[in-house]
Amino acid sequence: MSDLLSLDLAAARDALAKREVSSTELADAYLQAMEASEHLNCYVTTTADKAREMAGAADARLATGDALPLDGIPLGIKDLFCTQGVPTTAGSHILDGFRPEYESTVTSNLWRDGAVMLGKLNMDEFAMGSANVTSYYGPVESPWKRQDGGNSRLVPGGSSGGSASAVAARLAVAATGTDTGGSIRQPAAFTGITGIKPTYGRCSRWGIVAFASSLDQAGPMTKDVRDAAIMLTSMCGHDPKDSTSADLAVPDFEAALTGDIKGKTIGIPKEYRMEGTPAEIEKLWSDGADMLRDAGAKVVDISLPHTKYALPAYYVIAPAEASSNLARYDGVRFGHRASLEAGDGITEMYEKTRAEGFGHEVQRRVMVGTYVLSAGFYDAYYNRARRVRALIKRDFDQVFADGVDAILTPATPSAAFGLGEMTDADPIQMYLNDVFTVTVNLAGLPGISVPTGLDSQGLPLGLQLIGRPWEEGDLLNIAYRLEQSVGFVAKPSKWW
Amino acid sequence: MSLDKATVTHIAHLARIEVEDAQLETMVGELNNILSWIEQLNEVDTDGVAPLASVTGHAQPLRADAVGDGAYPDRVLANAPDRAMDFYSVPKVVE
Repeated sequence: MSDLLSLDLAAARDALAKREVSSTELADAYLQAMEASEHLNCYVTTTADKAREMAGAADARLATGDALPLDGIPLGIKDLFCTQGVPTTAGSHILDGFRPEYESTVTSNLWRDGAVMLGKLNMDEFAMGSANVTSYYGPVESPWKRQDGGNSRLVPGGSSGGSASAVAARLAVAATGTDTGGSIRQPAAFTGITGIKPTYGRCSRWGIVAFASSLDQAGPMTKDVRDAAIMLTSMCGHDPKDSTSADLAVPDFEAALTGDIKGKTIGIPKEYRMEGTPAEIEKLWSDGADMLRDAGAKVVDISLPHTKYALPAYYVIAPAEASSNLARYDGVRFGHRASLEAGDGITEMYEKTRAEGFGHEVQRRVMVGTYVLSAGFYDAYYNRARRVRALIKRDFDQVFADGVDAILTPATPSAAFGLGEMTDADPIQMYLNDVFTVTVNLAGLPGISVPTGLDSQGLPLGLQLIGRPWEEGDLLNIAYRLEQSVGFVAKPSKWW
Repeated sequence: MSLDKATVTHIAHLARIEVEDAQLETMVGELNNILSWIEQLNEVDTDGVAPLASVTGHAQPLRADAVGDGAYPDRVLANAPDRAMDFYSVPKVVE
């Protein structure tokens, strides 16, 4: 095989099954590429020995002709998933030295199906960020460059920035991500790859470092829609260890990819036409709607009236849940503990440990969360935000009840920006990156980002499709049709 | 409403995060910006709307109140920053 790294998941699976390539060869090719690309800073930990061991076991199974669904496929794992015996940092100093004694359910499912772990991927600290600049382990760089010759270093988006950059730079066949407000879909759009956040409850949250438990979902980040369907099928499933995990059968999502979307109704929400959206994104969006119409879908205008309030509601609910979830980082049971001075008691231990261990963005969100949950403000902020959340969900419920099968929107309000270009911006400017994605988390719906074009600088742009709850198969099929119509083939030219 | 330094110091203490005086001013400004941006939620008519607790509407599952796994103190304590026998060690709490 000439270029192992260019194989997508489906092609690698077929080549492995036909024994045209071994899993060990594939893993070695990736490990070499990873070593040569360390300056992109995608991986926090490389697990070369484990990769070779898992690849060897996969090769033994493949030799018997009795292959598992993902047998021998090398994956990168976002460093938010606990992996037994392998450091798990969540991009934070406070988890220094933490080696979980257990494996997350989602990664267990992937290993059960034969996948091979290449390493742990960099991310925004505790998944809080949209540019992968809040990681204690430094920023991740995108493999894409603007065509202006300026050679600016671009962000891959966040929080699953290491995952996005690794898949785009061919440093993993595919990767896991997690999405609390857009953390799979926004970086996928920035790097020209595909990312799906399934319905809340599809993937078990057990063993994933918690950020905002009512919003967090895992999902795959892949080269295309078919790969997303294959990997998502393995990741999903009921888990008694997560009480919000849905006890529903998981269909074979790949089998749903017929490309036939005749008679489907696609909604175009007028509230997503926002002031300041670049003309090229507006055009991408209307072109996407035309393509779906040409494929036999009915395209209708819809209204989701509470869209405007999604981001502020999110920035009450997510910090509130984070302040509670992150209370466990106290320097007692795992991770970093500050060195203490004579006379320091347990309160000083907590306060110094958390001041040293948490970065600025995490501290700010924990403090916002603490405030909105504190006595006297709980109703005014937290309960009000949860009421608005109910209205946002009701907007979607009504549209789906009116017969809409999926909703088409832009994935992001801009293409990727430069590292450092947002340094002096107000935190709220950074939060606006998730303006099109955050509603989906609040309503618990499945959403997928598909690369559909390039901007005038040659940077990828994506469209988002939002589906009905539990209808990931239908959603993936519509995304598959869009992908076929668009024919997006752009790849970053190799400089890294 | 606007937070002052004393309030932010109090929130920091509730959150068990030491904030140095030099950072306090910045923190006050940032928190006030975020909170005033959040105030737009007050424009929404939420009368008669219950706070959303679960997006799926699935019933909370119950399990038998039985012992699952356990009895492996070495695994539980494997990541402890400071361990004394089969206990986590912390600064003295009670005089």
